[in-house]
Amino acid sequence: MPAVKRYWEDVKEGEALPEMRIEGLTRTDFVRYAGASGDFNPIHHDQTFAEASGNPTVFAMGMLNAGILSRVVTRFVGRPAVRRYRVRFATRAWPGDDVVCTGKVTRKLEEDGEARIAGELHAVNQKGETLISGSFVAALPRRP
Amino acid sequence: MPIDRSWIGRTGEPVVMHVERGKIREFARAIKDADPLYFDEEYAKREAGGIMPPVTFLQTMAHWDDGRGRVRPPMDLKRTLHGEQEFEFLRPIHAGGVLTARTRVADMYEKPGRRGGTMTFVVMETEFTTQRGELVARARQVGIETGQVVKD
Repeated sequence: MPAVKRYWEDVKEGEALPEMRIEGLTRTDFVRYAGASGDFNPIHHDQTFAEASGNPTVFAMGMLNAGILSRVVTRFVGRPAVRRYRVRFATRAWPGDDVVCTGKVTRKLEEDGEARIAGELHAVNQKGETLISGSFVAALPRRP
Repeated sequence: MPIDRSWIGRTGEPVVMHVERGKIREFARAIKDADPLYFDEEYAKREAGGIMPPVTFLQTMAHWDDGRGRVRPPMDLKRTLHGEQEFEFLRPIHAGGVLTARTRVADMYEKPGRRGGTMTFVVMETEFTTQRGELVARARQVGIETGQVVKD
């Protein structure tokens, strides 16, 4: 029997998801994500290419930050519960930047025969600038 | 460059993607996620019926595409941004699964850029099905080619 992280009845609209913070992204993080994901756009690992593109240096793939942000949801509901995950990229994250992830439950709903929660997500850097705004939908078990 | 809307509706070749345990571990580490669901077979079996890939893992289909699955109007990488990404999960996905991914250009449109020039938006949708043809997930990606080299 799978362990239940949370019952639908116990989640409140407006409830905050626990914050998660990654300190100091490194170029190695970008390279590791390039290998893991297959995203070899040189703008994320090649200094020469990054400069030729008008950037001071390489910057994080949006999807690296999106992967980090998704953990705010999976820690709260568990990976199997995730039904939808959506991100919109705002500003970029540079080497040395922190990624601070927060979220909030905005709505409880019934959809496709499941008890679900919907929420919003934010990833910001150490200056509070938005890296990503996002949203999620997850299905939770009802209290027996 | 004016957009060529004849790209809308074009599809790439189907890409067959194996959801591999080793790749899941590598991906989980890359997003700094130590959840045992991605690493510990017994724990994962108990919790979720087996090891599952992280939420954004389907991006790794790039590894399985020899180039023919990709259908993308020509864009200048120096001026291209990833604008939005969405995943929708309809059935559970586990390590050991084999998925077929089909990508199509869903939409293309232009908007005036805030710093001059024209921004071109390309929306691509990918459907992931099992070998029995069941739809398990959808991905939607918005790429943006800016009117000039991207600066914050």
